[in-house]
Amino acid sequence: MKSLEELKALRDKMQGSVTLRNESEASTRVVVGMATCGIASGARPVLTALSNAVAEKKIEDVAVTQTGCIGLCQYEPIVEVFQPGKEKVTYVKMTPEKALEVIDKHIIGGNPITEYTIGAIMKN
Amino acid sequence: MMPEIALNVLDVAENSVRANSTLVTIEVIINQEKDLLSVLIKDNGCGMTEEQLKKVEDPFFTTRSTRKVGLGVPFYKQAALAAGGEFYIHSKVGEGTETYASFQLSNIDRMPLGDINGTIHTLVVYNEQLDFVYHYVFNDAEFTLDTREFREILGDISFKEPEISQYIMDYLSEQKDSCDHGVKV
Repeated sequence: MKSLEELKALRDKMQGSVTLRNESEASTRVVVGMATCGIASGARPVLTALSNAVAEKKIEDVAVTQTGCIGLCQYEPIVEVFQPGKEKVTYVKMTPEKALEVIDKHIIGGNPITEYTIGAIMKN
Repeated sequence: MMPEIALNVLDVAENSVRANSTLVTIEVIINQEKDLLSVLIKDNGCGMTEEQLKKVEDPFFTTRSTRKVGLGVPFYKQAALAAGGEFYIHSKVGEGTETYASFQLSNIDRMPLGDINGTIHTLVVYNEQLDFVYHYVFNDAEFTLDTREFREILGDISFKEPEISQYIMDYLSEQKDSCDHGVKV
């Protein structure tokens, strides 16, 4: 069973190797709406998928965070991507699978997935 | 409606985060003999005035400006009452807020507890500015997670570091399993 001793060992292993990341220094922010509307429509698995992917793929400079309701409840789960010098991209009706695609194509590849954005959905 | 109790807990506990609490206590108690599941969420945040307290169970009241409805507390209350349980909120300005919901375990309208470990993990990892105490009781067995103990050991190391985040998740599931032996309620 996990004990606090184990956590101490983990800390000792990590000290030195961990460059303390500061969220305000991360250049890309991936923000998940986690108010009642978001949670009810499945935002938690999306948040988990995003942060796991960022950790597993060791993507530097990306902070996955949560926010409240942005007033577009009918389009939840919503994920917003903020990158310096670029326009904000708002993805709607997200799923863990779509979220992973966003990590691969947008965050790593640099190309936003237009078909998942609010602009594309509202045209239909 | 939320599909599981754990998501209601996540939603309502976020209110404690927004209330500038420094400590949030969450207690989940399952007692099969008493046929009862209860959840207590207690914070030391800004609290609510009597006027706000009267309105908080009203779905057409919210403090946010992005929309006109606030369904978090009404959903939670409805889930408890529909399952033969009870619900109350106590709050005092400057002292904090306490939310209690209970559910009759055997009630056919009781939603499953769901991924309570996921809820606690999300709260702990994404809200490092405050401390959480999580207490889980299953019949006679119990365990407590106290982020102050983690923080004391970890110092400046973030809970978001993949290794730490994974440790917290494993800690929760191992401790919970040792209490309830994987029984799903």
